[in-house]
Amino acid sequence: MSNKKEFDKYLKKANRLIKLSSGVIILVLFFIPFYLTFPNLFEFKAQTEVTINVPTPVEVDEDRIENGVHVRTGFIDAEGLMTVVNNCTNCHSSKIILQNRMSTEGWNSTIKWMQETQNLWGLGSNQDIIVNYLVTNYPVKTKGRRENLTNIEWYEIED
Amino acid sequence: MLIGTEIVYGANLLENYTPLALDGTDPFKMYSKHKDMIVLNDKPLNIEAQAHLLDHKITPNASMFVRNNGLIPDDIDVKTWTLTIDGESVVNKKTYTLAELQSKFKQHTYQLTIECGGNGRSEFSPPAKGNQWTIGAVHCASWTGVRLRDVLEDAGIKSSAVYIGFHAADKHLSGDPKKEPISRGCPMEKALQDETILAFKMNGEPIPLIHGYPLRLVAGGWPASVSGKWLNRISIRNKVHDGTKMTGSAYRVPCHPIAPGEKVKSEDMCIIESMPVKSLITYPKSGAMLQEGKKLAIRGHAWAGELEVAKMEYSIDFGSTWIVCAVEKPSNRLAWQHFGATVSFPKKGYYEVWVRATDSQGTAQPMLVPGWNPKGYLNNACHRIAIKVN
Repeated sequence: MSNKKEFDKYLKKANRLIKLSSGVIILVLFFIPFYLTFPNLFEFKAQTEVTINVPTPVEVDEDRIENGVHVRTGFIDAEGLMTVVNNCTNCHSSKIILQNRMSTEGWNSTIKWMQETQNLWGLGSNQDIIVNYLVTNYPVKTKGRRENLTNIEWYEIED
Repeated sequence: MLIGTEIVYGANLLENYTPLALDGTDPFKMYSKHKDMIVLNDKPLNIEAQAHLLDHKITPNASMFVRNNGLIPDDIDVKTWTLTIDGESVVNKKTYTLAELQSKFKQHTYQLTIECGGNGRSEFSPPAKGNQWTIGAVHCASWTGVRLRDVLEDAGIKSSAVYIGFHAADKHLSGDPKKEPISRGCPMEKALQDETILAFKMNGEPIPLIHGYPLRLVAGGWPASVSGKWLNRISIRNKVHDGTKMTGSAYRVPCHPIAPGEKVKSEDMCIIESMPVKSLITYPKSGAMLQEGKKLAIRGHAWAGELEVAKMEYSIDFGSTWIVCAVEKPSNRLAWQHFGATVSFPKKGYYEVWVRATDSQGTAQPMLVPGWNPKGYLNNACHRIAIKVN
């Protein structure tokens, strides 16, 4: 007797559960086309809460790339980029690297100087990655003894 | 990021997240620099002027280049600030407060030309290592302070003295407190000159923080690195000072001329002393267009390290002919000198106005980039501006 009663109880519970989940599923299915058509329809209230009341952390990607450039440092996005960022912009800024053009030998001796006098750590196999990145993406340009004047901003001079 | 541009997704930024340029680290605002100054490096901070920003006879703070080797001290208290004179060749090691320095010794004011040894480095080929200064790492401000000689003599100088070396409060980039970002100096002869001063005022005001507040050594006519900022100690040495940036290739050039790119042994490098003769057209700004038949007034400054500028010339035909123009006497030794001319152009077209200074020993500026050296110092090639006659 008691077994049957319990069985009925479970049956009723299961029935209710099925009805409830079907309802939810139907409701969700009903709103999907609306959401796809008007994605902002349901957000006005939630957005106000997010921006004003509940500032949930928005992830600003520190290492985002835009137009082929690593935004934070200005380095060209190419093989070895993050090895350079992680090893070469801790003490000084990327700007001193971007200003300079050196050969493989020049960069290697600069690294040696930084290790001997500026507390730079050992780079191991990363050294080749870093130097290859620099000589490939920032090659030495020959300037000769005097270059033409460039980037002239022309303007009318007043008397 | 350009100030004033719309920040995309700005509404999603957290309240405590501030883009770099807006958070009070903007060097232009923090150090009152002209908006057209060029930031070469932001850690450490290095900023240069453009020629037309240097038009004032006495350079204002807004147009003065900034050269830092380390991090700017952030804990300066003038009440407790002291200067210690020590070293192998001091008779009595002595420490002075700022108030003692100011009251005990006579004060002097001089206009002093300070140029970075690496000014013009960007033109060397093959490229030389370091900040790629173009033409704007020079200024001539008015400095007030006490003579270094008076202070050194008060402590007493032994006959063994050869050199002075300074120590300062700036911090090493690595954060290592045992390391000094820079500790240079000069031979006793330069240290004892009338115009070599321990300054506490620049252009009549306390020295701006970025230029060495509260105490700066000013040694006009020599590489700016000799003019140490944030000074707290000077050592009278019985040998050439061996502090940071006194050795290796720092502020040193080959003792004998070398071919571009050639290697030089450390022992064949010599310390730069007086800077070479040089000049700058500060008006008009390059790119001026004028009508045919109109004359063009030009002006600028010229300087010659320890020497004086004896002659100024300009050329509008790439040096085929030179025309002598007026140059004033310096307001005091080691101050830059002002020149000016009225230039006529024979017909329409593109011109370059080149200027050339000659020092009191007859040495003139080269038109081409002079002797290559590993770190790209001492480029005193003639300055020029572009002009169009329509």
